[in-house]
Amino acid sequence: MVNTDQKIQIQNLTVTYAGVPALKNANFFVQENEILGIIGPANSGKTTFLRTLNRLNDLDPRYQYSGEVLIDQKDIYRKWNVFELRKKVGMVFALPSPLPISIFENLAYGPRRDGISNRKRLEEIVEQSLKAAFLWDEAKDRLQESAMKLSGGQQQRLCIARTLALEPEVILFDEPCSGLDPISTAKIEDAMRELKKKYTLILVTNNTKQAARVSDRVAFFLMGELVEIDQAQKIFTIPKDKRTEGYISGRYG
Amino acid sequence: MKLGNAKLEEKVVFFFLFLSTLMIVVPVVLVIAVIISRGSSVLNWEFLTAMPRSGMRAGGIFPAIVGTFYLVAGTLIFALPIGIFSAIYLSEYSKRNLLTRIIELAIVNLAGVPSVVYGLFGLGLFVVFLKFGASILAGSLTLAVMVLPVIITASREALQSVPKTFREVSYSLGATKWQTIRHAVLPHALPGILTGAILSLSRAAGETAPILFTVAAFYLPRLPKSVFDQAMALPYHLYVLSTQVPNVRLELQYGTALVLVGLIVGANLIAVVIRSYFRAKKQW
Amino acid sequence: MRKYYEFVVEGLIFISGIASIIFVLLIFIFLLKEGLMLFRQVGVFEFLFGEHWYPISEPPRLGILPLILGSLWVTFGATVISVPIGVACAIYIGEIAPGWLREILKAGVELLAAIPSIVLGFIGLVTLVPLVKKIFHLPTGLTALSGSIMLAFMAMPTIVSIMEDALNAVPRGYREGSVAMGATKWQTIRRIVLPSASSGIIAAVMLGIGRVIGETMAVMMITGNAAMIPKSFFQPVRTMTATIAAEMGETVQGSDHYFALFAIGIVLFAITFVVNLFADMSLHQKQARV
Repeated sequence: MVNTDQKIQIQNLTVTYAGVPALKNANFFVQENEILGIIGPANSGKTTFLRTLNRLNDLDPRYQYSGEVLIDQKDIYRKWNVFELRKKVGMVFALPSPLPISIFENLAYGPRRDGISNRKRLEEIVEQSLKAAFLWDEAKDRLQESAMKLSGGQQQRLCIARTLALEPEVILFDEPCSGLDPISTAKIEDAMRELKKKYTLILVTNNTKQAARVSDRVAFFLMGELVEIDQAQKIFTIPKDKRTEGYISGRYG
Repeated sequence: MKLGNAKLEEKVVFFFLFLSTLMIVVPVVLVIAVIISRGSSVLNWEFLTAMPRSGMRAGGIFPAIVGTFYLVAGTLIFALPIGIFSAIYLSEYSKRNLLTRIIELAIVNLAGVPSVVYGLFGLGLFVVFLKFGASILAGSLTLAVMVLPVIITASREALQSVPKTFREVSYSLGATKWQTIRHAVLPHALPGILTGAILSLSRAAGETAPILFTVAAFYLPRLPKSVFDQAMALPYHLYVLSTQVPNVRLELQYGTALVLVGLIVGANLIAVVIRSYFRAKKQW
Repeated sequence: MRKYYEFVVEGLIFISGIASIIFVLLIFIFLLKEGLMLFRQVGVFEFLFGEHWYPISEPPRLGILPLILGSLWVTFGATVISVPIGVACAIYIGEIAPGWLREILKAGVELLAAIPSIVLGFIGLVTLVPLVKKIFHLPTGLTALSGSIMLAFMAMPTIVSIMEDALNAVPRGYREGSVAMGATKWQTIRRIVLPSASSGIIAAVMLGIGRVIGETMAVMMITGNAAMIPKSFFQPVRTMTATIAAEMGETVQGSDHYFALFAIGIVLFAITFVVNLFADMSLHQKQARV
C-alpha cells in the first residue's frame, strides 16, 4: 500500500541500547504537513524514536535497531545518505542549544557545511530562516552578537531557524519548551502551527496540554511500546486504551 | 576531655603540615628572589643583544636566546600537529579498547622517559641514522617527541570538555564527522590546546639533556643560518658557564639564569591568563 | 572530492593517534640498536655488576654497578626527604589551607615545577653545595647528600600535584559523614580521606621517584660525579644519567664506550618504564573503584 500522504512510515521498529529495549515493535506513520504529538512518561522511548528518525542514535555505539523506517518511501538506513537525511530531517533539542558563536554563524552553520560560502547567499538564507522562525525583528540588528546573549525563548527559536536554514521537510522537536516560560512557549507553539503549512512536524513533549494544543494527531508511548495513536481530539476525549486514559487523567487531575 | 586532646592533636599536626608546606614554598621564593636580585645587575640591552666575547666571559647571550627561540619554534612545528591530531583521535575516534589503553600507556611512558634518554634517542635516530647531524632540526625533533605527551594530554582534556551537545547539533545539521570536529569542537577547545602548547613550549625551552648531543653548540658567536646548523641555547649556555668555563663572573651566570627563568615563567603566566580569561568567558 | 579529503584527514588522525606508540617503540629500538652492540664485547653480567667504570682506560672497564648504586642512593635519599614533605604539603594544600592561601601555595609549587633543572642545578651549585660543605665539615660539598636534597625538591611538585588530585577525587560525602559523627578534621583526613586516596598517593610517590631517577643536569652538577661504589651520603657519587650526559660528548661514535652509554640508556628506560607502569596501574585501579 503506497500512500503518498504518508511522509514517514515506521514498520516493526525495535530499538535497543546495550541490549535493553527502548522501543518495541512500533508500527505507524506520519502524515505530510501534520503535527504529530508524542506523549508518554519518562523513559517511554519517545526521544529514542525521535533520534532514530535523523539517525542521531548512530552516534551511540550501544544502539541497535531492527525493522524499517521509510521517509519518502525510502529506507533511512539503506537508501538515504545519512548526511542528506539529517539535512532533510531537522531537529530542535530539549534545551536551547545555540553554539557559542554569533547568531549569523549559528544560522549559517548548516549551509556552510553544505558547501555554500557565498556571503550574499548566506545572508539571504539567514534572513529567510529568521523570518520563518519569527525571530527576524528581534535579531536583525544583532546578527554578529553571540547567540548566547539571546533569551532562552529566542535561543530556541534560533535553533528552529537553524534547522530551517537547510530547507528541511521534517522537523523533530524534542521537548522544545521544557526550559521555557509560558510566553516563550506560546511563541514557539505559534511558530509550529505556522510551520506545519510547509513542513511535517513531530513533537515529543512531557506536557500533555501542549500536545493537545498543537497536535493534529497524538501517539502515546509507554515503556517502549506504542499504546495508541489517533486524532488528538479522540486521544484526549475518548482514548481507546485504559493506560492512555490513566496517563492523561493523571496529568489532568 | 577526650575531645580536647583530639583538638590539640589536630592543632599540632596542622602546624607541622603547614611547616612542611613552607619548606617547599619558601625555597622556591628564595631561589627566584636570588636569581632576580643577582641576575638583574647584568641585565641590559647589550647582554641581551650582543655576542659573547672573551671565551664567554664577557659580552652577551644573544645567540643562545636566538637558538632557544629557533628550537622552541621547531619543536612546536613538529609537535603541535601530531599532538593535536593525536588528541582528536583519543577524544573523538577511539573506543574503550585495548588499542586505546596501549596508546594511553605509551603516552604515560613518553612522559616518564628521562630527558637524557631522549638525548640518546635523538642522537641515534635523528643525528646519526637520518644523518641530520647535530643541528637545529635534530634538536627540535628530539624536543618535539619529548613534549608530545604534554600537548596530547592538555588537548585531549580540552576537547573532552567541549559539551556533547555541540557535536549533536552539528551532526543534526548534516555535518560529517570531520566537519563536526573542525567547526563545532576544535574552535571551542582552542584555549585549552593553546595552554598546553605554551606549557610544552616552556618545557622545551628549559631542557638541557635532550639537546646536549643533538644540537647544542658550546661556543658559537654567530647566528645559525639553516636548520642544519648547530646552535647555542640558553639552558646549555648556563650549564657551560657554570661548570665548563673557569672564572666566569657569577653575575653573568645569574643573568643567564634570569633570562631563561623569565622566559619560562613568563610563558607560564601567559598560559594562566589565557586559561582564566577563557574560563571566565566560557558560556556553557 | 570532499569524501577523499576527509579520508586523508582521518587517516592522519589515526596515524597521529598511534604516534605515541610508534615513538615509544622507536626510542626502544634505537636504544637497543646501539646499546646491544656492547654485548658482543662485554657480558651482560659483567656490565651490570662490574664494579669498575673506567671507560677510557686501556682496555676499558665498563661495569656500571657504581653508577646504578649512585642512582639508587640519591634516589633513596631524595625519596626519604621528598615523600614526607610532599605528602604533608599536599594534605595541607588540598584539605586544610583556606582558599586564598591554597591558590598562592599551589602557584608556588607550580613555579617550582616550571623552573628548569639546569637552573636549579646552578642555584644548588652556588648555594647548597657550599652550605653542605660548611655544615658537615667536608672536603667537598659535591656529595650524594646535596644531590638528594636537590632531587627531593624536584620530585616534590610531582608528588604534591598528583596527590592533591587524588585527595580532590575523594567524594565530599565521605568527609561530611565523618565530621557529622563528631570526628575532628584531622581524624577525618587520617582515617577517611587518606585511606580512600591511597592508590593515588602511591601513584604520586611512584611518579616522583620516576622523576628523580631520570633527572640529569642538576645531579650532574652537584653530586661530584665520582664513579665509585658509594659508601656514605657525604661522598661524591655518580648517577647513570649524569654519566651519559657527561661522557657522550667525549666518546667516539661506534666505540664500546659509546655503546655502553646507550646500554645505560636501556637500563634507565627499563626502570622508568616499570615505575610509570606501576604508577599508571594504581591510578587506574582508583578510577575503576570510584
